[in-house]
Amino acid sequence: MWKWLHPYAKPERAFALCTTLLPWFGVSALLILATGTIWGLAFAPADYQQGDSFRIIYLHVPSAILSMGTYSAMAIAAFIGLVWQIRTAHMAVAAIAPVGAVLTFIALFTGAAWGKPMWGTWWVWDARLTSELILLFLYLGVIALYQSFEDKEQGSKASGVMALVGVVNLPIIHYSVEWWNTLHQGATITKFAKPSIDSSMLWPLLLCILGLALLTGAMCLYRLQNELLRRESHRPWVRAMLLEEEQNAV
Amino acid sequence: MTGRLAGVLRRELALAYRQKSELMQPIIFFVLVISLFPLGIGPGPQTLQKIGPGVIWVAALLSSLLGMERLFREDFNDGWLEQMMLSGLPLSLLVLAKVLAHWLTSVLPLLLISPLLALFLNLSEPMFWSLLLGLLLGTPLLSLVGATGVALTLGLQRGGVLLSLLLLPLFVPLLIFATSAVDAASMQLPYNGQLAIIGAMFLLALALTPMATAYALRISQS
Repeated sequence: MWKWLHPYAKPERAFALCTTLLPWFGVSALLILATGTIWGLAFAPADYQQGDSFRIIYLHVPSAILSMGTYSAMAIAAFIGLVWQIRTAHMAVAAIAPVGAVLTFIALFTGAAWGKPMWGTWWVWDARLTSELILLFLYLGVIALYQSFEDKEQGSKASGVMALVGVVNLPIIHYSVEWWNTLHQGATITKFAKPSIDSSMLWPLLLCILGLALLTGAMCLYRLQNELLRRESHRPWVRAMLLEEEQNAV
Repeated sequence: MTGRLAGVLRRELALAYRQKSELMQPIIFFVLVISLFPLGIGPGPQTLQKIGPGVIWVAALLSSLLGMERLFREDFNDGWLEQMMLSGLPLSLLVLAKVLAHWLTSVLPLLLISPLLALFLNLSEPMFWSLLLGLLLGTPLLSLVGATGVALTLGLQRGGVLLSLLLLPLFVPLLIFATSAVDAASMQLPYNGQLAIIGAMFLLALALTPMATAYALRISQS
């Protein structure tokens, strides 16, 4: 059943797949993200309580959602790499981690900028803020572990284990800080209940989430391509491809 | 197999006993860090009682990190670990034996010295008991998770600072529940709920981390 997937474990095929997918992800991300942000920042109605400063939600919520989604993507890649011994999946872990760390940082930064006018403070030791901060530390741990190995094969396996250890811990960390302290407003969009946000504000938000997800995907693909080239630079297929490009350029 | 595991345990204990000064260092560090706090914050008994549990726990986290490298480093360097992997002994059980030995030699002394620190920080008697129970359940968790971190950084020349970056975020839940148990005890409230959660986390770590550690050790040998 999974036979069609197996060829993509080969670095060469994975690279080709990235090349095919990248333009689709990139172009659709740009279009959707542009529509979503312009709609959200310029045309959506202002909040009755928070005024115009609520508009940062169009950056904050997508990056916060994706910071966690990216971590799960990384953990899944790590799991695949460790269980089925697929090198390409290990490379994906190394490619995804920095993207996720940047998303987490954006979520924290926009959150602080939103917190200043609303709560009157840049930072509070609230549950969601704390777990987001710890998520950033987990990302940094995975990245630092990968970077410190000379031997990237070994490094990517080790950082894969670290990503999995983190994923077991994340729910524990999340609930422990939740019981510890909570000031943050509850989730605005949930799957099960009617969202507590008007549809004129919701649609641009959903567009922003989708657009940023596509952009994240595009960046991960781009980084994976680089990773594949760097790690496989001694292989014939990389040389052949580069030669071909050179000839095309001439 | 039990005999061989007991042999490993005996070896670890004998090695630790013969390097007493190295064993003492984390304990001295622990006491020193804690005695710096009253100097930095002021000696008011009320303040000390309020920050006491957190200070003791943070100091315990840091000093257990300090001794953690010893867990596999030398065995890795002199090749003992490689021989053990070839010996056919299940690696995860070996890891458990080593973690147990490490806990007995490096962490148990911290628990024994904790009454003194409770005096330093003016903890009341119920607070002290909840602290001790929390430490008793929580420190094996530290050693188990720490072993995974050490095994992951084993292939590196210098893993020290990286180790703390990897491990400290994972210890956040433990810190939260352990200090909240002491807080509850200070208000004469029951604290067995917090202890039960720490116990649950300990059991989870006991089930999962030996496998992760064994896998990480295999990576370090590849």
